[in-house]
Amino acid sequence: MRLEGKAVLVTGASRGIGREVALELAREGANVAINYAGSEAKAAEVAEEIKTMGREAIVIQADVSNPEAVDAMVKETIEVFGKLDILVNNAGITKDNLLMRMKESDWDDVININLKGVFLCTKAVTRQMMKQRCGRIINISSIVGVSGNAGQANYVAAKAGVIGLTKTTAKELATRGITVNAVAPGFITTDMTDKLNDDTKAEMLKQIPLGKLGEPSDVAKTVAFLASEDSRYMTGQTLHVDGGMVM
Amino acid sequence: MAEVLERVTKIIVDRLGVDEGQVTLEASFKDDLGADSLDVVELVMELEDEFNTEISDDDAEKIATVGDAVNYINSKM
Repeated sequence: MRLEGKAVLVTGASRGIGREVALELAREGANVAINYAGSEAKAAEVAEEIKTMGREAIVIQADVSNPEAVDAMVKETIEVFGKLDILVNNAGITKDNLLMRMKESDWDDVININLKGVFLCTKAVTRQMMKQRCGRIINISSIVGVSGNAGQANYVAAKAGVIGLTKTTAKELATRGITVNAVAPGFITTDMTDKLNDDTKAEMLKQIPLGKLGEPSDVAKTVAFLASEDSRYMTGQTLHVDGGMVM
Repeated sequence: MAEVLERVTKIIVDRLGVDEGQVTLEASFKDDLGADSLDVVELVMELEDEFNTEISDDDAEKIATVGDAVNYINSKM
């Protein structure tokens, strides 16, 4: 186990990739704060599963685009665990449409959750991690933030923004022993990709050299590596977990 | 006043690794005491803890010298 006794906050951890990240970090020995926006029952399930592993788990409802809610969430996590070692910025939504048909509100909603949310959560944990002189921040970007993707202007802009934010945060916090890295998943089987139609999925498979969709655990294991001491000499990087889609 | 200066000085000496003699009211954190931007942010955080007060981001940006910090804290006490 590489994360024994570490205190972790995972945003958007009730479902999909975030859920698997929370579980994987707990398997590595961490105590986990599970943030969710709306899926209370599912967040509670994740917490129960973590508790059966003998770790501590708490669930915290918070909209990551709301600064007060984010500050309260981080405060509660630190109060319960006495510290905060690892933040995983995973919460995200999609509101896909062609640029010409995209509503301004769809743009704002996705940027607010997927990009501003990362900024707010990172800002909120920085004080604690600076005091500790150590910390790990792991941002979940997306491979489309590197390659672009028709029909996802808002999502792609946010995810590309996360990569830039990762690099800047890494540079600002490096001298305080805090590393900041991103993971860019390709097509992973989650509720989010289940919404795609069959033609889109077939098209996607053609682009993946490894010939299959990824699993949430593929992403979670990469996050666990970045959260652990094994990655101590890496910061500001974006790791592609995409079956070779983008090289 | 003297007591505030003493406590502020101790924090600065600990944090920035400077000699006590360098910590004058006129000394600028960045220009005279070798602090970078992040050092100043951390000093403000420590002052908040030491004096059990909250310093807003706007106010924190105005703190450039040791005297600024001491005056700010005195104004809050």
